[in-house]
Amino acid sequence: MTETTVKISDSAIRRRMVKEFWFYFSQNRGAVVGLAVFVLLVLTALFAVWIAPHDPTHQYRDALLVPPFWQEGGRAEFLLGTDAVGRDMLSRLIYGAQYSLFIGIVVVAIALTGGIILGLLAGYFGGWVDSVIMRVMDVILAFPSLLLALVLVAILGPGLTNAMIAIAIVYQPHFARLTRAAVMGEKAREYVTAARVAGASNMRLMFKTILPNCLAPLIVQATLSFSSAVLDSAALGFLGMGAQPPASEWGTMLAEAREFILRAWWVVTFPGLAILISVLAINLMGDGLRDALDPKLKRS
Amino acid sequence: MLRFILSKLLYLIPTMLGITLVAFGFIRMLPGDPVLLMAGERGVSPERYAEISAQLGYDKPLWQQYFTYLGDLLQGDLGNSIVTKKPVLAEFLALFPATVELAVVAIIIATLIGVPVGVVAAIKRGSWFDQISMTGALIGFSMPIFWWGLLLIIFFSGILQWTPVSGRISLMYFFPPVTGFMLIDSLISGQKGAFSSALSHLILPSIVLATIPLAVIARQTRSAMLEVMGEDYVRTAKAKGLSARRVIGVHALRNAMIPVITTIGLQIGVLMAGAILTETIFSWPGIGKWMIDSISRRDYPVVQSGLLLIAGIVMIVNLLVDLTYGLINPRIRHK
Repeated sequence: MTETTVKISDSAIRRRMVKEFWFYFSQNRGAVVGLAVFVLLVLTALFAVWIAPHDPTHQYRDALLVPPFWQEGGRAEFLLGTDAVGRDMLSRLIYGAQYSLFIGIVVVAIALTGGIILGLLAGYFGGWVDSVIMRVMDVILAFPSLLLALVLVAILGPGLTNAMIAIAIVYQPHFARLTRAAVMGEKAREYVTAARVAGASNMRLMFKTILPNCLAPLIVQATLSFSSAVLDSAALGFLGMGAQPPASEWGTMLAEAREFILRAWWVVTFPGLAILISVLAINLMGDGLRDALDPKLKRS
Repeated sequence: MLRFILSKLLYLIPTMLGITLVAFGFIRMLPGDPVLLMAGERGVSPERYAEISAQLGYDKPLWQQYFTYLGDLLQGDLGNSIVTKKPVLAEFLALFPATVELAVVAIIIATLIGVPVGVVAAIKRGSWFDQISMTGALIGFSMPIFWWGLLLIIFFSGILQWTPVSGRISLMYFFPPVTGFMLIDSLISGQKGAFSSALSHLILPSIVLATIPLAVIARQTRSAMLEVMGEDYVRTAKAKGLSARRVIGVHALRNAMIPVITTIGLQIGVLMAGAILTETIFSWPGIGKWMIDSISRRDYPVVQSGLLLIAGIVMIVNLLVDLTYGLINPRIRHK
């Protein structure tokens, strides 16, 4: 028997990995639907200026609480009706997509970066570094997330930026824990020892050798956090602690609409539906990602 | 078992101290002068300022203030509300049963529906029931519950006029609180119609609060059942010729319940966060609404102690869940 080795180029390996990923991802029909809705959402947010029929903050004084076009009294120029000060609902919803995506991206970016660094340090060095970092994470996790975010916003002052920072701080421990667990699993593997023997520095070992092998669970957690961030920021907006009026953030829109719930169903229904559809799409996508990226959970 | 409990308790001490540090730091991290914050919106004269400052101990070094704070906590002194001037602990204890009542009913609804749905979905994997219930669970999991609550109000209170919009009981009824739980107190009072009034006030908020836990429990039960159904002992039980009911009920379900019980216990944190939103929407006089009101009224001593108490409760419940887990699963205990 002669052993033959086939040399495959890096790009070929990458192509094969993407192909395998897509194979598993597309097996999950819900995930594909979620991805499609998410792409639509991104496009809506990106091209809001061209898609929205009206300026989201312009108040049409002659059109207060106009119902959707299919209802009696509805007007064709306001497809989904107007709110209490005569702003076009559809345009506000379209612009609202920008807020949600922006919030999701910023929160996940901050929480992921912070969580990865802390988790790497804790898992890699162990000992007291690990104890201190993980105890601090435990303390953060002991508080219900929305409550802690609320209190942080009370300290920082209400507003979108502070709401995002608060939510990111609250989500950070999840990433730190995941990274730490993954690092501890990988640290003792032979390829890490080999790299260490070859003279790799701690920084190189942590970020270049170990981290890429811990990414799968982090990506799945990132999608879950993305949808939770959209939900929590909407909740903060609803409680008056997030984005401030006249921003067309969906939660803030709901807060403004509360007093009209029994008179004008559309001002309440549509922003909530927008939140639900976005969060659902991202969660569906997350399920598919987990199927595709986590071999342990595959096919279960 | 005792060692297991002790080790868990020891593990909690640093976290507990961390929580007190957060609560202690909270007031000191607020923008502005803490004494002026405590004095309220009207402002104070310099003499009064010095007086309050000394009274609150702000003239001492920080570490000394922290130890005084810890000492007060240990004696059950959680400070007074700026707005009502009453002790925070008394206010908390008066409102806490309302939240517990809501949360208990919610977790009962979530468990009674979630577990059977998860079990059936796992047994009939791939069926229309499985697909519909799991889609429903994912929708529930993605639900902005503050919006869901408003929708239910529009439909059941607005259109059908079946349920009241807010509060715990109709103003027609009045009786002294015995247990603090409106359902029980209304029964004890013996007033006609009081119980059904309390129940009709409770039903919508508890459904709203149950939504996310229900979805999580159904999903978790389904995946735990699927995992257990693939185990050797279940195959053996089937091979022995046991009835499907016995295989599922005795062999599979019991083992699948271990992670599910943990999941149910871990919903306490979710419920406390959910209570903030649910109580705000339904004007339910509990801890969640109290916290929101205190934050907007800038009643910071209340926020500080509320934070501490809520985190403490969540931790104790999590500890109990851990202990139950050790009790039903010997493998954990002996690790």
